[in-house]
Amino acid sequence: MTIVLNGKKEVLEQQKSIRDLLISKNIDPNTVVVEYNGDIVKREEWANIFLNEDDVLEVVRFVGGG
Amino acid sequence: MCDKLVIGDKQLDSRLFVGTGKYSNDALIPEIIEKSGAQVITVALRRIDFESQTDNILNYIPKHVQLLPNTSGARNAKEAIRIARLARAAGCGNWIKIEVISDNKYLLPDGVETIKATEVLASEGFVVLPYISPDLMIAKKLVEAGAAAVMPLGAPIGTNRGLKTKELLRILIDEIPLPVIVDAGIGKPSDACEAMEMGAAACLLNTAIASARDPVMMAAAFGEAIRAGRKAYLAGLGSTAKYARASSPLTGFLDEMAE
Repeated sequence: MTIVLNGKKEVLEQQKSIRDLLISKNIDPNTVVVEYNGDIVKREEWANIFLNEDDVLEVVRFVGGG
Repeated sequence: MCDKLVIGDKQLDSRLFVGTGKYSNDALIPEIIEKSGAQVITVALRRIDFESQTDNILNYIPKHVQLLPNTSGARNAKEAIRIARLARAAGCGNWIKIEVISDNKYLLPDGVETIKATEVLASEGFVVLPYISPDLMIAKKLVEAGAAAVMPLGAPIGTNRGLKTKELLRILIDEIPLPVIVDAGIGKPSDACEAMEMGAAACLLNTAIASARDPVMMAAAFGEAIRAGRKAYLAGLGSTAKYARASSPLTGFLDEMAE
């Protein structure tokens, strides 16, 4: 299954929740915000949303800026 | 003396806002915030790079300050609104600095798109601080759109060139019934001091601090300059004159012949 993660194609060997995907990428879920197919999804929902073919995920966080 | 800067639901003692970009080492940020006395700190929002992850910037920002995320990277109102909503979802408050830029040479803001984004975000309950060119009509429309302050530039972002737009800033300060916060271009503490003497409500500094040889000491210098300029504004500057006006009495000179 292929999804689009932060603008890049990402192949998933098996279906995963958003939360599991982040953990597999060594991301602390408490430090990021997620947009799933164009909608912001709350952190509490990440474990219940399972990614499907062609889903588009944006994972963002704060960085230094002026 | 009570001289608070009121923005949204916040009362601020410090009139220095500090950005967190361009530091050689983000670990400097806590000391920069402390020494500057800043209570409002800007950050940007970006995609995570899964290949090279960096430290979480929030680890370096004390919890008691007001976070002011910007919408940098937005080229139109729609993108700015999207970034603002993502920033609010991070759970660090509802302040947003709208920055809509499609000019990559001078990084000048798009006033029309900024007004559109301000209308939408203010109606969604954001405390909106738009980055603008110091244009009176744009600023007036931002007041109507529900902005909490306006943030005109002194010179293009990151140039350290000072208050090149001084006359236009003066007009905004005179005419706009919102805090006018000078953002971008300030290079020296004396520039910030001058903006405050003119009646600016606050200044936002990033490059001038980050590019100093000693950023922590420069942060302290800006804090002092801004306090001095604010005090001078409140004290009321004396008038200027073309010719000399003696400060010492013009009577009682030693060589004078008594009448």
